[in-house]
Amino acid sequence: MSSELAAALGFLPIRLGWHVLLSASALMVGVAFSLPLVLLSRRNARIRWSVLAAAGLVQTIPSLALLALFFPVLLALSAVVRTLTGHGFSALGFVPALCALSLYAMLPILRNGVAGLASVDPAVIEAAKGVGMTDVQRLVQVEGPLAAPVVLAGVRTAAVWVIGAATLATPVGQTCLGDYIFTGLQTENWLLVLLGCAASAALAFVADQLLGLVEGGLAQRERLRIIAGLGGLALGTALACVPLAFTANAGARAYVVGAKNFSEQYILADVMADRLRRAGARVTEKSDLGSAIAFRALAAGEIDAYVDYSGTLWTTVLGRTDTPPRATLTARLKDELGKRYGVTLLGSLGFENAYALAMPKARADEMGIETIADLAPHAKDLVLGTDLEFLSRVEWRRLETAYGLRFKAERQYQPTFMYRAALAGDVDVITAFSSDGRILADDLRVLRDPKGAIPPYDAVILLAPGRASDPRLVAALAPLVGRVGVAAMRAANLSVDRDRDKRSVAEAAVELEKALGLL
Amino acid sequence: MIRLDHLVKRYGAEGAPALDAVSLSVAEGEFRVVVGASGSGKTTLLKTINRLVEPDAGAVFVNGVGVSAEPAPQLRRRIGYVFQGVGLFPHFTVLENIGVTPRLLGWEPGAIKGRCLELLDLVDLPRSFATRRPDALSGGQRQRVGLARALAARPQVMLLDEPFGALDAVTRDGLGRAYRRMHEEMSLTTVMITHDMMEGLILADRIAVMRAGAVVFDGLPQEAVSPGAPDYVRALVQTPRRQAEDVARLVARSGA
Repeated sequence: MSSELAAALGFLPIRLGWHVLLSASALMVGVAFSLPLVLLSRRNARIRWSVLAAAGLVQTIPSLALLALFFPVLLALSAVVRTLTGHGFSALGFVPALCALSLYAMLPILRNGVAGLASVDPAVIEAAKGVGMTDVQRLVQVEGPLAAPVVLAGVRTAAVWVIGAATLATPVGQTCLGDYIFTGLQTENWLLVLLGCAASAALAFVADQLLGLVEGGLAQRERLRIIAGLGGLALGTALACVPLAFTANAGARAYVVGAKNFSEQYILADVMADRLRRAGARVTEKSDLGSAIAFRALAAGEIDAYVDYSGTLWTTVLGRTDTPPRATLTARLKDELGKRYGVTLLGSLGFENAYALAMPKARADEMGIETIADLAPHAKDLVLGTDLEFLSRVEWRRLETAYGLRFKAERQYQPTFMYRAALAGDVDVITAFSSDGRILADDLRVLRDPKGAIPPYDAVILLAPGRASDPRLVAALAPLVGRVGVAAMRAANLSVDRDRDKRSVAEAAVELEKALGLL
Repeated sequence: MIRLDHLVKRYGAEGAPALDAVSLSVAEGEFRVVVGASGSGKTTLLKTINRLVEPDAGAVFVNGVGVSAEPAPQLRRRIGYVFQGVGLFPHFTVLENIGVTPRLLGWEPGAIKGRCLELLDLVDLPRSFATRRPDALSGGQRQRVGLARALAARPQVMLLDEPFGALDAVTRDGLGRAYRRMHEEMSLTTVMITHDMMEGLILADRIAVMRAGAVVFDGLPQEAVSPGAPDYVRALVQTPRRQAEDVARLVARSGA
């Protein structure tokens, strides 16, 4: 446990550094955009109304969705910039997170800015006019200083929000304290979740206190407190960013290996990254990418390689609804991805991670259920637990129609909690993943699919456009093709997901490579 | 010195105008009081002089020049303005409050400080108050600072909008009489607004009475109390006169 904690703490300087840099930048951008809007709305009620309504609307968008929404927007923007100037920018990571968080920071600043200016005593404003101040002088000498403490209270609120919401930057590929939370949640490592939460809470607390010092200084007109608060913020930000300077060394372009948000993906990304490193390459990993984001990031060259599943690509990327046999599907997929996106399908790893309906073995025996066809007549009395995307996928519609499935209720879970719900009896049937170690560990029965409604989900390595001709990348990853069996993958997944004798992702990756004889 | 010529001002499209073609002139060195009930338009009238209110029609002249001839801030720096709300800047010290107009006019810091201390003496406040903030002052002290602020840049014209309205009777009388002396000593031209006929009668060289956006009386204080005055003015005078008589009777009965 302690060595695991030590390993986790090893990431802290980098993750904290990025978190601070991201939050501080977002706050500054938020302030920089909000204050002029506050000034514009000072005398125009219509502008004031529109600005506050727009900011309020942004606030109602769930922060995770806001972060995710910026990715396609920036991707398109980047493409436009690339055609215009020849240089694109990364639509993944820092920029989308910064955009979303800056927008998020604006509402409290705008609201307090408007309220602060409105709270200035009308008698004082009349006096300022009466003594002969111009509009600008009145703003700078009277209204500004009097509204400043209220405005700063808004900045304070924004800072706490932004630091909290910045943990959600992980799924768009930005390293931050959220990495602990997302990875911990996925691998049921609560220590990691706690560490991420505690670190971001502590950061929010410190920032809030320092801004409180500035706010108090402005209200009491004590210059010393203002300087102390601002100095503390600047110093803290600078210190937190020091570790980033050491990682951002120049040199050959690093390879970026992507991973979606579950254990198998983390392990495989780690295996690929390890092999590249041993070949002397610099590698960064972008984990916890959303399912749809991962492919688009690859197609846009944001990441160089990642593992996806043939059925997923077939239905969600190519939008196909038919289910050809496995070999045909893989061949056509390879062909289409290459033609449409320039993406190379390097090959299948050798195992399948399919969506499968599963239920606790004892319960299945009791009801005499072996296949989905057996399940169908009982479904109306049973509750289905799914992951967060299954119900909106083509596979579900196909399964529904093929077997006439009508469950009593359907509930969505983050995958870890989906398995827990099945164990606890909250749900009767779950959409398990066939390579998941928890199928063995939790004694689940995977129900067979006699009608072949669910397409094959062979794990395949994808390479970004243009990367197929990179000999080092291909040399490092090609040996994995056809090598990873489902038993080995399940064992590796289980070693990370189980409660006792847990392995870290890095350890599991090394063990998998050894088990496959690749190390 | 000051001439208001057929001023019209309407707030909103409907209802009676706040100023209904009002004309008034104030001679140089005159202490002019405008009396009226709330809503009579007297404050609107005063604010047209330093352009805190822009009339819809008509014109205002100070020293024979239309007030719109220069930017409003420059005009206002030459005209002292005191009002009931006082409006001291809460984030400025007493000294900074008093010196604000000279600072806007670009005076030397030394000259500003000297002038401010001089004004503290004049309005009868201890010089130790210079570094205090307004929230550490009483209502009467604040109004004295407000008066000093209005006088700081040596204006020739002073506009006072119910300046002593929020003060207790004794403080109010004392400050009113003190200001009247300053008016004499500095040869100011003063326009003061009040709803208190008594205060007007005591302080004014000339008094105007406003009602529903129009001047219904314009004359000397003694004319306002004469039997020939209009009914409305006589009614305004009646109450303070009866109160004064009641008090005089009490004093007589006590044998003092």
